[in-house]
Amino acid sequence: MIRPRQRVALGSLIGAGLVLTACGSDTGGSPSSSTNPGGAASITCSSGSLTAAGSTAQQNAMTQWIKDYLNKCSGSNINYGGGGSGQGVQQFTDGKVDFAGSDFPLAAGAEQQGADARCKAGPAINIPMVGGPIAVGYNVPGVTQPLNLSASNLAKIFTGKITKWNDAAIAQDNPGVALPALGIQSFHRSDGSGTTYNFTNYLAHDAKADWTFGADKNWTAPGGQGAKGSQGVAQGVKSTAGGIGYFELSFATQSKIPYAAVGNAEGKFVQLTPDNAVKFLSYAKAAGTGSDLKLDFDYATTDATAYPNLLVTYEIVCSKGNPADKLPLLKNFLGYAASPAAQQELPAQGYISLPDNLRQQVQQTVSSLG
Amino acid sequence: MDEPESAKVSMARSSEAVPSPASQPPKTNGTQSKDMPQAKDLDSRPRRRADAVFRMLAQGSGVALLVIMAAIAAFLILQAIPALNADTTNFFTTLNWAPDGTPSSFGIAALAFGSLLTSLLALVMSVPVAVGVALAISHYSPRWLAGPLAYVVDLLAAVPSVVFGLWGLIYLVPGLIGPSNFLSTYFGFIPLFETNGTYGKSIFAASVVLAVMIIPIIAAISREVFVQTPRDHIEAAWAIGATKWEMVRTAILPYGRSGVVSATVLGFGRAIGETIAVALVLSANYEITLHILQPGGNTIAANIANRYGEAGNIGRGALIASGLVLFIITLIVNFGARTIVRRGEREGA
Repeated sequence: MIRPRQRVALGSLIGAGLVLTACGSDTGGSPSSSTNPGGAASITCSSGSLTAAGSTAQQNAMTQWIKDYLNKCSGSNINYGGGGSGQGVQQFTDGKVDFAGSDFPLAAGAEQQGADARCKAGPAINIPMVGGPIAVGYNVPGVTQPLNLSASNLAKIFTGKITKWNDAAIAQDNPGVALPALGIQSFHRSDGSGTTYNFTNYLAHDAKADWTFGADKNWTAPGGQGAKGSQGVAQGVKSTAGGIGYFELSFATQSKIPYAAVGNAEGKFVQLTPDNAVKFLSYAKAAGTGSDLKLDFDYATTDATAYPNLLVTYEIVCSKGNPADKLPLLKNFLGYAASPAAQQELPAQGYISLPDNLRQQVQQTVSSLG
Repeated sequence: MDEPESAKVSMARSSEAVPSPASQPPKTNGTQSKDMPQAKDLDSRPRRRADAVFRMLAQGSGVALLVIMAAIAAFLILQAIPALNADTTNFFTTLNWAPDGTPSSFGIAALAFGSLLTSLLALVMSVPVAVGVALAISHYSPRWLAGPLAYVVDLLAAVPSVVFGLWGLIYLVPGLIGPSNFLSTYFGFIPLFETNGTYGKSIFAASVVLAVMIIPIIAAISREVFVQTPRDHIEAAWAIGATKWEMVRTAILPYGRSGVVSATVLGFGRAIGETIAVALVLSANYEITLHILQPGGNTIAANIANRYGEAGNIGRGALIASGLVLFIITLIVNFGARTIVRRGEREGA
């Protein structure tokens, strides 16, 4: 005879769901949070509160700077929510945040007009604040020395035209390296991102013939595998023999993934070092009108010490027409972010500091906000 | 309703609410004669009031649900219309998702196909296993095993989907490369198992993750139905000399069929709406392919998760339009399943 159990607690369904939700909050002290005396010196306090949202690429930098600022000025309140650049710009346009973090300057047309309409008194402008080099990481067993990958080869790899690691085109740039006859598995972001935009922008400029997909925050080329977030791409590369992908430098160092020296416009190979990345950024020109500091990277540079594959993330603010109760705090906080002390904190977090010429322009622009 | 019982209840209530004439000394003849008919009225008044309140609450909940559903549909439609107007290509056939591009171009075809394919594959894998688990718990396991087993199945249903997603990404995807390679090498003549030579973040991997996620749901509901099989049916099967398997087949499965179908629909609903686990596991692209072993595929929900953060104005509307399609697919599937269940019940009776 079978005596079936009449009731088995379905209530257990509900209980265990609550266990795994509380994580990811700030643990309160990152290694680089030592209160920098120089940093404190360049902070001018104002009361009030600021709300900002947008790019997740600059979130760690913002978190650190907000902490610095609030340590000194306990009377003010600043919040930076992530959510993505698109979300940040939308909330800025809707007047829900005082400034937005964005990996892209405002697009000319409807986006710029919408943001201008919110500001009323003056146009919305882009202020570059944080730079981040993009590493091209790979997992090729047996290869120990850093690989040289030209922009043209990268374009062919990421569009599936080069399929083996021992392809003649790769071997030619890496004399003396024993490349295995291993299939290449390329990984790209499946979510929209500034990293994809800047990587494809580099390919679009330095490998014009082989990359025909332009610069786009969403991956549009055929082939390869998509992964969510830089973490996902790094994980894919790390766990796949023959894998290759692009992500911010910090993910490569964290996961101990080797990364390539990439080719510049002239075909010279440039190592990814913070200095080389800052060098490239120092050639960038402000292409915006008025106080807008939208940057135009000089991808055509032939300087063999300028690493051409990086992203810059911006703060989008109103140049004029900021409310009187927000303006002093906005200027003081962004002024601190553009100060040498604040910028010096960036390399420890995997970012690069703005080069001095650009940093001074940023400081001027911040102090001219009205 | 049970008339005598409810009357008893109201009697008890009224004796509490209204002091009975017996316990209160009559004041005057006049007032008493006036009170008497009132007391008789009061006798039924609390019941009527409680009934009315309860009816109002129940009906209110029902109406509120309908209003919420209508509001969701209205919100989706209103938000989707500007984007659909901006779409320069056919929303139903385009294999692309570039709503913020110039010109704006996006279509639901590949996403809807991917959503349906992953969910159907997940059902194909999970329903037999889940029914087996349910039968094992309800009729095959010894009692000391059935309890813990049922508990573990319920626990599995409570694991957050992001955990399944991470498990899929870090463990399952690399682990499936070998079997995928085997399938495509020896069974590659079947179009389903054909590949382009790469393996990894495939529709197959996503389906397996979804299957694992919905097994506990289907198993838990099926088990509840199986244990309710009338003893007469089971005894009748034994009496005509059925073996255990024959008893299960002739008594339990027919009785539980409509319950299993309902459970399957619930599982399908969870699978097709699953967002983060699929977003983590699938390699997003916008192709329609039956090659389930090679990287690729996308679903409506995963696409929303992936594209929302960086979406512009049109992009957001386009994602909401895709959400509307998901909403409609779910409604159609639910109604379809209800029809099947109803027909099954009629045949059974």
